[in-house]
Amino acid sequence: MSGAGRDRILAALRATARASAPSRTIARVVPARARGDHAALVTRFVEMADLAGASVARVADAAGAPGAVAGYLARNGLGEDLVLAGEPALSALPWHHAPRLLVHRRPPLPTDRVSVTGAVAGVAETGTVLVRSGAQVANALHVLAEAHIVVLDAGAIVGSYEEAWARLVAGGEVPRAATFITGPSRTADIEKTPQIGVHGPKGLHIVLIHDSEGLHRRGGAAT
Amino acid sequence: MTEGPSVGLFATCLVDALRPSVGFAAAALLQRAGCRVEVPRAQACCGQPAWNAGDRRDAARIARSVVAAFEGFDYVVAPSGSCAGMLRVHYPALLGDDSAFAARAAALAEKSYELVSFLVDVMDMRAVDARFAGTVTYHDSCAGLRELGVKDQPRRLLATVDGLVLAEMTDAGVCCGFGGTFCVKYPEISVAMARTKTAHIAATGAATVLAGDLGCLMNMAGTLTREGSAVEARHVAEVLAGMTDAPAIATAKKDG
Amino acid sequence: MDATSRDFPANAVRALGDATLGRALEKLQREFRRDRAAMLARMPEFEALRDAARDIRAAALDDLPALLERFEDNVTARGGQVHWCADAAEARAAILALCRAAGAQSVVKGKSMISEEIGLNDHLEANGVVPVETDLGEYILQLRRETPSHVVMPAIHLNVTQIGDGFRDAHTDRDPHRALDADAILAEARDHLRDRFVTAQVGITGANMLIAETGSIVLVTNEGNGDLVHTLAPVHIVVASIEKVVPTVADALTLVRVLARSATTQEITSYTSIVTGPKRPGDADGPGAFHVVLLDNGRSRLLGGPFRDILRCIRCGACQSLCPVYGAVGGHAYGWVYAGPVGAVLTPALTGIEEARHLPAASTLCGQCEAVCPVRIPLPALLRRWREEAFARALSTATERRLIRLWAQVAARPLVYRPLLRLAVAALTLAARLAGGGGRFRTLPFAGGWTGARDFPAPQGGTFVERWHAARGRGP
Repeated sequence: MSGAGRDRILAALRATARASAPSRTIARVVPARARGDHAALVTRFVEMADLAGASVARVADAAGAPGAVAGYLARNGLGEDLVLAGEPALSALPWHHAPRLLVHRRPPLPTDRVSVTGAVAGVAETGTVLVRSGAQVANALHVLAEAHIVVLDAGAIVGSYEEAWARLVAGGEVPRAATFITGPSRTADIEKTPQIGVHGPKGLHIVLIHDSEGLHRRGGAAT
Repeated sequence: MTEGPSVGLFATCLVDALRPSVGFAAAALLQRAGCRVEVPRAQACCGQPAWNAGDRRDAARIARSVVAAFEGFDYVVAPSGSCAGMLRVHYPALLGDDSAFAARAAALAEKSYELVSFLVDVMDMRAVDARFAGTVTYHDSCAGLRELGVKDQPRRLLATVDGLVLAEMTDAGVCCGFGGTFCVKYPEISVAMARTKTAHIAATGAATVLAGDLGCLMNMAGTLTREGSAVEARHVAEVLAGMTDAPAIATAKKDG
Repeated sequence: MDATSRDFPANAVRALGDATLGRALEKLQREFRRDRAAMLARMPEFEALRDAARDIRAAALDDLPALLERFEDNVTARGGQVHWCADAAEARAAILALCRAAGAQSVVKGKSMISEEIGLNDHLEANGVVPVETDLGEYILQLRRETPSHVVMPAIHLNVTQIGDGFRDAHTDRDPHRALDADAILAEARDHLRDRFVTAQVGITGANMLIAETGSIVLVTNEGNGDLVHTLAPVHIVVASIEKVVPTVADALTLVRVLARSATTQEITSYTSIVTGPKRPGDADGPGAFHVVLLDNGRSRLLGGPFRDILRCIRCGACQSLCPVYGAVGGHAYGWVYAGPVGAVLTPALTGIEEARHLPAASTLCGQCEAVCPVRIPLPALLRRWREEAFARALSTATERRLIRLWAQVAARPLVYRPLLRLAVAALTLAARLAGGGGRFRTLPFAGGWTGARDFPAPQGGTFVERWHAARGRGP
C-alpha cells in the first residue's frame, strides 16, 4: 500500500536533488519584545494578552485565585459551574474561598459554560499561553467551553515561543496536542468584520498568580 | 578644472516617439548637475516588451545592441524607472548565459540609473532652480519604486520647486494598471485599476499628477481626460527642469 | 476541483461588473494595507524574520526526501501512520478508505486547500460519507456550494445577506423568518456545528506545516475549529502536500512568527497547535488513530524545475490581499483553487500552462507580491518564466506573437528602427492634426483596448533623438 507509493515519491524527489545544495546559515531571530528581565516580561505578557482580547486578573498568591475565578464568572453572567482540569496544583487551590462555585472534576461536555485549566507557560511576546493535552488534562478543556480560564503562575512566564516549548519538553515527552492560545476564538469571515466566539471560547481569562509556592516550578531568569 | 561624468541619455521609446520634451528636460537637469550629456543615435528600446512577453531571445538581441551603444559612457540614465530597471536589474539575468556579453551587461547594469535617483543619489543634487505654482501629487511607478528604490528622491527635489505644494495621494505606490502590453491585453482590468488611481488623484485636490514613467503617465492622463477631469499629467523631469511650456500629456495648448 | 482558468478573461470581465464583489475587495485591500503598516510598526524585526523564513523553507526543499522520511519515522514511532499518495486520485481513495474503515457516515473538516485541490468533498459525498466544513468561511461556502476565493478568507466575496440566505436555505429546522445579521449567523453556526464536532467519527484537517523532528503537524486557526476536529473525533486524518515539511520545532516557530502577520496582520492566530500522533496511553482525550495523507500531485516535478521556489509558499495569502489585479477581479476569476500571484504560478504548474496561460499573463509585474511574501518568493520572475513557456509553445494569439517579434526585431536594429519610427511618428502627428488637434485621440484603429475607455496622447511631433542632434548641429 504505502510502500510502493512511498518509494516512487521519494525516488522522484531524489532524482531532482541538486548536485550540491547551498549551505545556509539560518538566523535565529528572537524579537526584542521576547527579551528582557522577568519583571519586564510579566508586564509585557499582561499588556499583550490584553491587546489580544484576553482578560487578566492578577492575584498576589494562590489563595486569591478561586476568588478571581468566581469574580470572572459573576461579571460575565456565566453561572456558577465550572469544569476543572485534573492537575493536582489546580485541585490544591483553596476553592473553599469561593464557596458558591460548583467545581466539577469530569470530562468536558459541549454544554459546559466554563473550563479552568493550568498552562505550561505564558509567552510575553504575544500574550500567549501554552497549554497541553495529557492524562490529567483533556485537550477539549481548552477549546470546548463557552469561557476558558487559565490559572498561570507568573514564574511560568517566558519571553519567546521557543522558551515555552523548551519548558514543555523539559518534562520528557512531546504531548499529543500543544496549543499556543492567544485571546478568545475569533473570525472575520463575515464581511471581514471581527467577531468573537465562533467555535472555541468566547472569552479567555487569565488568573495570574504572582507568588505561588508550587503551582508551577519556577523557571530560570529569562534571557 | 575636471570635466563632469559622461552620461549616455537613454531616451526610452515612449519619450522618443511621443514626448521629446521629457528628453530635453532630462538632459537639462543632467547638465545642470554637471554631467556631459550624449544621446547615442543607435538607440531604440530597452527590450522590456519582448522580455515581459516571454520572448527571451529577442529581448537578448535588443539588450546586446543597447549594451554596445551605451557601455562607453560613465553612466547611463533613463527618465523611466521601468527602462532603467530593465538595464540595471534584468540585463544581467537576460545576458547571464551569453559568454560574450555577460560581463559587459553586468558592467552596464552597475552604471545604469533612473533619472531623478541618479541626480540625487549619485550627483548629490539637493535642489532645483524651478518654479511651478500649484498643488501636485506624485505617483510612484512600480519598477522605479520596487526594483530601484525610487521614492524619496523625487519628493526631495519637488520640495525645492518654488510655489509647488505636494499633496500625497492614498496608495501612491499601487500600480496604475499600465503594465506595458497588459493595458491592451486585459483592458477591462487595466481600466479598473486606472480608475482607482484617478479617484485617488482626484481626492488630493491636486491640479497636476507627476510621475517618472511615461507609460504610467499616458495611462493616467488618458483616463483623466476621458473622465473629463481637469487634472493634468506631466513627467516629473519637466517640472524639475522648469520646462513646462509644452501642453500637458494628452492636452493641447490653450488659446488666449 | 475542475479548473476554468482558460476562461479568465471572461471571468474577469464578469467579476468587474459585480458591485458586491467590488466593495468587498476594496474593503479587503484598503484595510489590509492599513493593518499591515500597523503590524510592521509593531515588529521591527520583520525583515529579518522574512530572511530566516525564506532560508528555512529553502533549506527544507533542499533536503525534502530525508525530512519526509524522518517525519514518517517519528509519526510511526508515536503510533500514527503515513500514506504516500502520488496524485489526487490516490489521496481521495486513501482518505475514503480510512473513513470507511472507521465506519464514518459523517466527517468534520478543518480548512484545507489541499482537500479543495483533490476534490475531496465531492468524492466523499458521492461515496456516502458526508463531509461537514467547520471553518466558518468554508461552511458558508459549503452551504452555497461555492468555492473559496481567498486562501485565508475564503468567503470574503460574499455580503451578510448572501451568507444569511445560505443559512436560511440550509437550516430548515429553524424559523424561516428569523433575523440573520452577522451575530445571529455566528451563533447559529456555533450551535449547529457543535453537535457535528461531538458526533463525528472522523476529523480531517490540513496542516500549515509538518515537523520532521517530532512527526508533528502545525495547525493554525483563529476559530479553534481545528482543535475541536483533532481532539473530539476518534480518528484524525491530516491531508498535506509534501513540501510543507520543515526540520525542527524551532523552524516551525519562526514561520509562525511571519504567518499570521502576513495573512491577517495579527500577531498570531488565536490557536496555533502542534499536534503529534494519536492519544498517548492514559491521555484524557484525543483520537485513537492518527493518519497523515501525504500528497505529491506535481510537487516532486516542480522541485526539479525552474518553478521550485513557489514550493516555499506557506499559504499566507498576503500576495492576494495586496495584488491590484486580484483586487480588481477577486479569486474566482482565476478559475481554480489558488488565486492571485501564487495561483498564477501554481495553477499552470499543476493544471498545465495550456489551461492556465492567462493567469501569469494577466499581471503588470508590479512586484507588490514579492515585496510582501514572507518567504521572499520571486513571484514576478516566476510569472515571467511562465510567459517564456507560453511564448515558446506559441500559446498566445498569432497576432500578438507577430507584433512582439516584429517590434523586437526592428528595435534590435537601430539603423532600421529610427527611420521607421520617424515615419510612424510623423503619420501619427498628422493623424492627430486631422482628428481635431485636441492633443489626444479618442479612438485609434487597432488600439481599441486602449481607446475604448481612455484617450491616447497625440505625439508632440518629431523624435527626441533626431531633434536633439538637429539642435546640437545648430547649437554653439
